[in-house]
Amino acid sequence: MNETVAVLGTFQTEFKTHHPEHTFAEQAQLAAVGALQDAGMTPDDIDAIVFSLAPTYFMGVADADRWSIDYIFGAGKPMLRVHTGGATGGSAVQAGYNLVRSGLYRSVLIVGAERIAETPDAQNVLNLIFDVFYERDMPLSTNTTVGLWATRYLDRYGLTQEDMARVVVRARRNALKNPHAHLKGNVTVEDVMASRMISYPLKLFDICPRSSGSAAMIVGNMAMAKRFRSRPAFINGVASRTTTYWIGDRMTPSTDADFIDFDLAEAAARECYRIAGITDPLKQIQVTEFYDPYSIMTPVQLERLGFCASGMALRLERDGYWNVEDGAVAVNPSGGTLCTNPIAVTGLVRAIDAADQVMGKAGAMQVSNVRNALSSAVGGIAQFFNCTVFGAEPRSH
Amino acid sequence: MAEAKKSDKSAVITEQVMLRYDYALGEVAGRFMAGLKDGKILATHCSKSGLTYLPPRSYCERSFEKCDGWVEAGLEGVIETSTIVVRGFEGKRKPPVAIAFVRLDGTDSAIGNYVDGLDLSDYEAAMKKIAPGKRVRVQFADAREGRITDFSFVCIE
Repeated sequence: MNETVAVLGTFQTEFKTHHPEHTFAEQAQLAAVGALQDAGMTPDDIDAIVFSLAPTYFMGVADADRWSIDYIFGAGKPMLRVHTGGATGGSAVQAGYNLVRSGLYRSVLIVGAERIAETPDAQNVLNLIFDVFYERDMPLSTNTTVGLWATRYLDRYGLTQEDMARVVVRARRNALKNPHAHLKGNVTVEDVMASRMISYPLKLFDICPRSSGSAAMIVGNMAMAKRFRSRPAFINGVASRTTTYWIGDRMTPSTDADFIDFDLAEAAARECYRIAGITDPLKQIQVTEFYDPYSIMTPVQLERLGFCASGMALRLERDGYWNVEDGAVAVNPSGGTLCTNPIAVTGLVRAIDAADQVMGKAGAMQVSNVRNALSSAVGGIAQFFNCTVFGAEPRSH
Repeated sequence: MAEAKKSDKSAVITEQVMLRYDYALGEVAGRFMAGLKDGKILATHCSKSGLTYLPPRSYCERSFEKCDGWVEAGLEGVIETSTIVVRGFEGKRKPPVAIAFVRLDGTDSAIGNYVDGLDLSDYEAAMKKIAPGKRVRVQFADAREGRITDFSFVCIE
């Protein structure tokens, strides 16, 4: 018997460059306490913990999940750490889901924190993820590799830097309504184009900030949902996929996992939608929270996750298709990862922002009549992908 | 939880972590690096899938068989994608630098390296010269040490 899995509580801090008033473990605690209070639960109501923690080089304390155990009321409970790079937070939610769905535990606290800006050397840290013999002598980082991605994507579909810039304009505008967002504001295409070049064709505004903060979500079975939440969100579909380390294998004519068109995401979405009963994403999904730390990553996900055809997302962006108020689907009402990227918990924040929309507690970001919301997370150099569908009604699967 | 007080950002403990590593090349990468010293780019081939891998692999991820042959890659190829890194970081070449992933003739995967000989004073113009589909050739350094930086790409014009 598979258990229905519900979201019982969520919490996220404000995200900004530094949180000098707290240590890492104290940040994690803020999130754990916040989610417990949101659910009306005490630590005794939590059976197990999943800790969402990506590379710890950023904060300089190896495997800092250990540091946090007692802060998040973990002592005496089963706890595991999940790490799939940028996809970590999404994987953590899916690990928590699996633990409840299997019937092993009644409830799981998924929690993590991030402080990327503890080191000024974040790009050097990210260079360490590349192959030491063949790639690391180049200035490869997430910025520069996504620069490579964007060059080929724009070339393939005849699109421009201005087309990418519109994604940033929408994201920052959406983030104005998000009290947790790191970057927000009314910027123009011209402002994006005038921001300094980082890795052609990516400019500073095409790139996420380095954010610190923490987040937590509590998931539980139906009995716990009845006890603790009048209007939960149900996790109705999950899927994830991984692919080869070698980006050079993913861009040639013989590839079976095209990096530029992000084939990986399509494979995961197909399975996720099948489980969740989504046959027409544009009709059935009202809100998406994509993991989009770069402007180019929003259109590729819209295309691969069934919202439009290949090469069309940025063209439809020109016509406002992805706007919150009057679009075909509200894309990243939170402002998304372009505005806030605390790597270890970003995927978790995407899931929280999607679940909150279904639970009707997204505050100023709330979209009306949300029946289904989708979140995603991406890790490595597009090597890990996962997506999750949250629904207002439980779906037996 | 109490509201956070206004904090002094200078209240930090500063530390510099320096770690040293000696990465063992292994047989496959070792042979590739030795090939560079000889002015050759060596790839591995899997006769079952028919694919030729560069960087060379010991195992074919598609056929799940061992790669069973070594071949010399062509010293020209096609750019799959490229970028100009304007903001670099320490320990690498001083920016701006152009890099590209290139599928060398006779291989099925792309390998990355610097593109030399480009005028980078105008990024738009430089990017046109290294756009996807453009052909480049391999240029070896005069003094080679068995490292990926023993070669770079230059445009064929």
